[in-house]
Amino acid sequence: MADPTTLPSAQTAAGRWSLRVLALGYLGALLFVPVAYVLVKTFGHGIGRVIDSITTPAAIHAFQLTLELAAIAVPLNTVFGIAMALALVRGRFPGKGILNALIDLPFAISPVVIGLALLLVYGRGGWLDGLPFQVLFSLPGMALATIFVCLPFVVREVAPVLREVGDESEQAAATLGASRWQAFWRVTLPSIRWGVAYGVVLSVARAIGEFGAVSIVSGNIAGRTQTLTLLVQERYNNFDKAGAYAASTLLALIALSTLLSMTITRRREP
Amino acid sequence: MLGLGVGTLWLSVIVLLPLAAVVTRAFDGGVSAFLDAATSRQAIDALVLTLVVSLLVTAVNAVMGTVIAWVLVRDRFPGKVVLNALIDLPFALPTVVAGVTLVLLYPDVAYTRAGIALALAFVTLPFVVRSVQPVLMELDREVEDAAASLGARPSQILRRIVLPTLAPAIVSGAALGFARAVGEFGSVVIIGANIPFHSQVASVYIFSQVESGNTNGAAAVAVVLLTISVLILIGIRALGGTRDDG
Repeated sequence: MADPTTLPSAQTAAGRWSLRVLALGYLGALLFVPVAYVLVKTFGHGIGRVIDSITTPAAIHAFQLTLELAAIAVPLNTVFGIAMALALVRGRFPGKGILNALIDLPFAISPVVIGLALLLVYGRGGWLDGLPFQVLFSLPGMALATIFVCLPFVVREVAPVLREVGDESEQAAATLGASRWQAFWRVTLPSIRWGVAYGVVLSVARAIGEFGAVSIVSGNIAGRTQTLTLLVQERYNNFDKAGAYAASTLLALIALSTLLSMTITRRREP
Repeated sequence: MLGLGVGTLWLSVIVLLPLAAVVTRAFDGGVSAFLDAATSRQAIDALVLTLVVSLLVTAVNAVMGTVIAWVLVRDRFPGKVVLNALIDLPFALPTVVAGVTLVLLYPDVAYTRAGIALALAFVTLPFVVRSVQPVLMELDREVEDAAASLGARPSQILRRIVLPTLAPAIVSGAALGFARAVGEFGSVVIIGANIPFHSQVASVYIFSQVESGNTNGAAAVAVVLLTISVLILIGIRALGGTRDDG
């Protein structure tokens, strides 16, 4: 026993090795080797082919549309998330438990059900059919789907941080004559900023990756309502495997940079 | 509270109104029409397949997730920090890409039930790891050391001390993973599993019904999935996995 404080008591050396091999083997076979293989396979034909494949007009449009949807959904959900987290942590009102449970719904619902739900509200004969602008098969419908799927992230990341920091500094600010708005901007927001950042990163990743709901409400029209994930599926189904791998790699690189920002924001948390 | 009012309105318009539309459509023709649509042979087949494969995958990932969390917390080896960050990859990676990735390396699983299981295992991998890991970090090692010094064998310590402490975290992580598995769509579609009566899961069934214009049939099965989601969320709350304000 070289270092008794770090050696787990419920584990022998042999046990530790077998658990390590088991865990790494499972992760490798399921996660790391497949993802690494896609990257290798994509760049196997040279980086020029990859760049050609992700700079076709359809691909560029899909990329822009994907970013546009995230740029609409994430700021709206961030404002909602901060307001809702403040209400849930600081407020006392009837029905708080139910409201709190309802916020988690988008995490547990199939994206296809979300797409169907929007179709039934905004489609022909739906409750909100006949709005002055087109919702389905165009940007508003896809934005609604994206907002739906990433709605809970900021609330869920900010609420625990708010609970952790307490409201003493805010009360002190109020005693010193700060208005509620000033207290929010100068005291509350700075103290929850890493929680907000983490929630935003998760929301962006979820928004960019959304497929099922957007697939139903968009109509998947190339060059018009096709996002990056829809492009991957179309290329894959049309046996343009190399094209599908290239677009997948672009998305995988976005995912890896998401993980990097998650690691950075998590480390900064108090 | 202005924030609460606006927030509740936002939640209602974005989430609750559309879900109410699904429930309304499912019961458009009365309860019997709903039951007929939800229990058509193809719908039942899809629902059973979804639940069986999801349960199986959830069980495997409950065990493997706990093992992975254990290795991440208790073991030490070079590259652990990177490994820890990469666990979240299935959360960050679009599910369509997960599907493409898996079929490329394992071409034989295309169009099969094994392919569905593989895809679901991939997308639900982080849930148990991420729910067990913090509990394991908090776990007081002195209790284990005391048990060991009193002559308890490693297997006894694991069974009597470690696992009971981790159990709530394992169950709530597994439940969230199960909810995710039941609704998964993107990766399963790419795997190509959409043969009715063989490899068609519930989400793919709903999609195919929407495509063929049968929104009533789609809504009926969607209500079944919604019910499962709500029951899981209630179960997790009852377990005390989440606090009332977060």
